[in-house]
Amino acid sequence: MIKSEWFFWLVGAVFLAMAAQMVFDRTNPKRHGTAAFWGLLGLCFFYSTWVNEKSLPAEPLGVAVLVLICLGGFNLTGKGKPDTTDEGERARLAARFGNKLFIPALTIPLVAMVCAVLADKWRIGGTPLLEEGSETILGLGLGAVLALGVGMWVLRERRPSVPLHAGRGLLESMGWALLLPQLLAVLGAIFQAAGVGGQVGKITESVLPDGQKLAAVALYCVGMAVFTMIMGNAFAAFPVMTAAVGWPVLIEQMDGNPAAVLAVGMLAGFCGTLCTPMAANFNLVPAALLELKDQYGPIKAQVPTAGAMLACNILIIYLFAF
Amino acid sequence: MIVLLGVLVVVLGFATRRNPLLVVGVAGIVTGLLGKLSPVEILRTFGESFASSRSVTIFAITLPVIGLLERNGLQQQARTLIGKLGTNLTTGRFLTLYLLLRQLTAAVGLQTIAGPAQSVRPMIAPMAEAATERRNGGRPLPDKVREKVRSHSAGTDTVGLFFGEDCFLAIGSILLITGLVNSTYDTHLEPLHLALWAIPSAACAFLIHGGRLLRLDRALERELVTANAQLAVERENAQDGRSEEDGAAK
Repeated sequence: MIKSEWFFWLVGAVFLAMAAQMVFDRTNPKRHGTAAFWGLLGLCFFYSTWVNEKSLPAEPLGVAVLVLICLGGFNLTGKGKPDTTDEGERARLAARFGNKLFIPALTIPLVAMVCAVLADKWRIGGTPLLEEGSETILGLGLGAVLALGVGMWVLRERRPSVPLHAGRGLLESMGWALLLPQLLAVLGAIFQAAGVGGQVGKITESVLPDGQKLAAVALYCVGMAVFTMIMGNAFAAFPVMTAAVGWPVLIEQMDGNPAAVLAVGMLAGFCGTLCTPMAANFNLVPAALLELKDQYGPIKAQVPTAGAMLACNILIIYLFAF
Repeated sequence: MIVLLGVLVVVLGFATRRNPLLVVGVAGIVTGLLGKLSPVEILRTFGESFASSRSVTIFAITLPVIGLLERNGLQQQARTLIGKLGTNLTTGRFLTLYLLLRQLTAAVGLQTIAGPAQSVRPMIAPMAEAATERRNGGRPLPDKVREKVRSHSAGTDTVGLFFGEDCFLAIGSILLITGLVNSTYDTHLEPLHLALWAIPSAACAFLIHGGRLLRLDRALERELVTANAQLAVERENAQDGRSEEDGAAK
């Protein structure tokens, strides 16, 4: 049986291998901090396995996470100059390989979909080939590994260091932002442990009249959007609003379909992301990239769609989730 | 009530543009302490939730193959491919087509093949501008119109991504929902069901934003007419001024 933990180890190993390249990258002025950040993240991916099994204590991992936060937060990471092809070479290579370039890119989603849909049917001697409950994650992993093989074959590239180096360039240019979604999930767990959701729930209970389905749905969706605007990220708003309204009121009390309520609730949060400068990577970075004079230009273009979509999401939950 | 101060830390942190990692770290520690967790319990929560939320970060595994393809001209080939489509399109229709492509590719897990840096700046915004310039008789666009076209290019990319990606099972937000709900509420949700429930919103988003983009053509046309009329008046005034000056000199 292929286990999801093996795949987390592979991701950890990739981070460690890239960190090893970073240590010797003299074009990166902060090479030691950068290597420390990604190397430590790679080790955390391994160590987490035993934390999940409860055979090793979680506290050292907590310390490591705080160190990662400090390395990224105090600007100790940077990026080097990746040794890659220039615009002219790429145009020539594109002309040479043509649409074959899309084959490896399409392999990833194809394998991921196949694994997710067919995993139940693959069995060896009664045990499923892929660990149950992790088919999606394993599909992505297998897809990426297969795509790399296909890509190296299509492009006649024999050196494994080339994709590793190219991937590292992308990793360094994204920087610590790559870890932000996971840390926001961690923050959500702490909010949960400290009882933030319960408090927001108490407030909403006093606001919300009993049995008002439309009002409760609207409160959940508008709450997701507003919280997302404040926090800049729907991932951070989701645990709070779900603990406050989504789970106790819409799903348990009113018997809503969990998949519908939660999936559409998340999308209501995305409506908030479209309207907030706090979501810098989606709204302010493009304005800078396009050299706009008005840095809120993209937000202004998005706001009417966001408003209409929020209304749509409220209606979708109200009409179809109960 | 006092634990809500932790949320306030997040709000203030983002409002004053602190580094998001530090905001998350400080907010986590503050909220934990206000919620009467001991420092060791806080560390344990940090560790345990990190271990169980690793699936949010696994998309990093696709970076080597994407990097390999990019250094071999993936983006250039995409540009060629879209260039073949983009000869007879207005700005609004072109962006609507891009919205559809962005939603569809994001829905099959290809979120990273496009984006502000990968596609909007090098391909989409220039092509959208070129389409408006054709309407303007090939003349360069007035600043206000150019800003509007560029803003809508960026906005279309983001809307397409947001209301496409959740139809794919292995995206961070879906995995976050299942990860959080399955561990917190002791239940079992399948990513596939969540992804299916994202489809109605995706369809609404295409209709709403696509409709707005098609109307954008008319708005741009109006603005071009006003801007050009203004330009003509200014030019005339300048000429009048010059001939008056000429008269005075005589």
